[in-house]
Amino acid sequence: MSSQVNAVFEERREHGLLIGYLPLGFPTVDASVDAAVALVENGVDILEMGLPYSDPVMDGLVIQRATNTALEAGFRLSQTFDAVAAIRARVDAPVLVMTYFNPILQYGVDAFARDLAASGGAGLITPDLIPDEAKEWLGAAEAHDLDHVFLAAPSSSETRLSSATTNSRGFVYAVSTMGITGARNDVDSAARGVVSRLRDSGARNIGVGLGISTPEQVTEVLEYGDAAIVGSALVSALADGGAQAAGALASQLSAGKH
Amino acid sequence: MTNLRAQTGPYFGDFGGRYVPESLIAALDELTEAYELAKIDPTFGEELAHLHATYTGRPSIITEVPRFAQHAGGARIILKREDLNHTGSHKINNVLGQALLARRIGKTRLIAETGAGQHGVATATAAALFGMECIVYMGEVDTQRQALNVARMRLLGAEVVPVTTGSRTLKDAINEALRDWVANVDNTHYLLGTVAGPHPFPQMVRDFHKIIGEEAREQVLALTGGLPDAVIACVGGGSNAIGIFHAFLDDAGVDLIGCEAAGRGIDTLEHAATLTRGRPGVLHGARSYMLQDADGQTMESHSISAGLDYPGVGPEHSWLKDLGRASYRPITDADAMSALRLLSQTEGIIPAIETAHGLAGALEVGRERGPNATLLINLSGRGDKDMQTAGEYFGILDGAS
Repeated sequence: MSSQVNAVFEERREHGLLIGYLPLGFPTVDASVDAAVALVENGVDILEMGLPYSDPVMDGLVIQRATNTALEAGFRLSQTFDAVAAIRARVDAPVLVMTYFNPILQYGVDAFARDLAASGGAGLITPDLIPDEAKEWLGAAEAHDLDHVFLAAPSSSETRLSSATTNSRGFVYAVSTMGITGARNDVDSAARGVVSRLRDSGARNIGVGLGISTPEQVTEVLEYGDAAIVGSALVSALADGGAQAAGALASQLSAGKH
Repeated sequence: MTNLRAQTGPYFGDFGGRYVPESLIAALDELTEAYELAKIDPTFGEELAHLHATYTGRPSIITEVPRFAQHAGGARIILKREDLNHTGSHKINNVLGQALLARRIGKTRLIAETGAGQHGVATATAAALFGMECIVYMGEVDTQRQALNVARMRLLGAEVVPVTTGSRTLKDAINEALRDWVANVDNTHYLLGTVAGPHPFPQMVRDFHKIIGEEAREQVLALTGGLPDAVIACVGGGSNAIGIFHAFLDDAGVDLIGCEAAGRGIDTLEHAATLTRGRPGVLHGARSYMLQDADGQTMESHSISAGLDYPGVGPEHSWLKDLGRASYRPITDADAMSALRLLSQTEGIIPAIETAHGLAGALEVGRERGPNATLLINLSGRGDKDMQTAGEYFGILDGAS
């Protein structure tokens, strides 16, 4: 029983990690696989592949537009597994799937975990599933040896941060700001606070996300976090210039590592 | 002896819960705690009762409608007149309760979603009354079909934000309100307008509306000497229905019947009959029945009534359905509009199109039960806001082609 994600954190903690988010199926499933590969070839250490969902309440306009495009192009949940396997066949980075809960619930929580594990996926990041409601998912994750990443927010109480730490495997996702996904000019100073409080709760692997879009911000975040998570900026690059542009931005962002 | 009335959140059987981003949990905890304290604080109850007596216009009356009832198999039909409340619907009951709570916990900004605009108008009204800032999210499609209510909200000083993402209706307005709340939770209260959403909303909104059924139960007893055979209400998210059902939950002899929007028919894709055609899933923070495809993507709903055009429903209704304590039937656009015209022309009461779904259901139930039945219907809102839609539907606007 071992976490792919944890192994990468242990190996690369000294330099800090870059985690890149892209939605599966945007602009097409094949193109999203190519773009994900391009990210890893340009310095992204761990992939976070988002499943398009009709009601993405944690996402800003950039990701909403991309996932909407994927759904309109006919993305089906069952394509997830072949896409993850295709990425894993070409690059060695762990692939976490980020998804709202209802698609998993409808597929069948255990069946999804089984099929994700079989395709070589590392686990799930669940933005609208808190540990309190995650009993079924945690059971499935354990049965299929998958990582389970929960979120921690600046508003979270010490008890809740502790719960995020205890219930996460792989890393804990520290939300840098009270808000939704999208590039911002400055990383919220709240990020430093939530990471420090997560450390106090015993978290070893901490990724910081929301609002990070430049190499300078990556460098800043890696002063206190173990990984910087970039989403909307990469999605914008992919939308504007395809996999090549997404790869080029990943390369720049990667230069922000220590 | 069952005691369904005592059921509280976060769970109603398999339904309910809190399926929201972690960022919102602190605010939901704060709200839950404030609400639990307010419930046992006599001052809070007195403040709310005073507002209802001097501002809302409670208790609302009941009206027996014999000319309408002739079309319903001769059953005895009694309307609970929530349309006579200030702002024109039941929505004010919940809004005043939540606005009082928001003030208690120091929030200065109210945000709300609205479909038909009734909840938006009620929230804008409370914000004006309490001197709070107010932002109302409304699907772009709904701002067009409910233009009059948009003007009312603006006149009351609220900012109306048309939502242009997704299906541009109520569900997307809720998404946008949740996004606003995540970003502004320090000073903002999300004044959710129905019995859906994460705990404590389904329980709290129900509690603020249960006064409807509590009053009506006493009023019907006084009028008829007995309890009604059935209590009927329209169901979108389900707030007016749960409001009138709740007092009767433990009266085993009283049937509880919710009327969902069947739009162009439940065998088409254009309906909002969540409990009739949906299956359990997670939407907007709670587990409940919802309209969704095989992948769990929310399906777009359709109803001529903006207030019922929602692919989800409150978790307590899902629980009551699975328990068999309440039943839910689909009512088409056409049947609702006929009932709207019938009540207008037989009784001189123009109901909201949402409410007309309950009236159409009552016509069916009356014909099924016959002249010995007594039916209580929640007349949840008045139809003034719907004159454009109804005028076009019936072709009665001057200059209409």
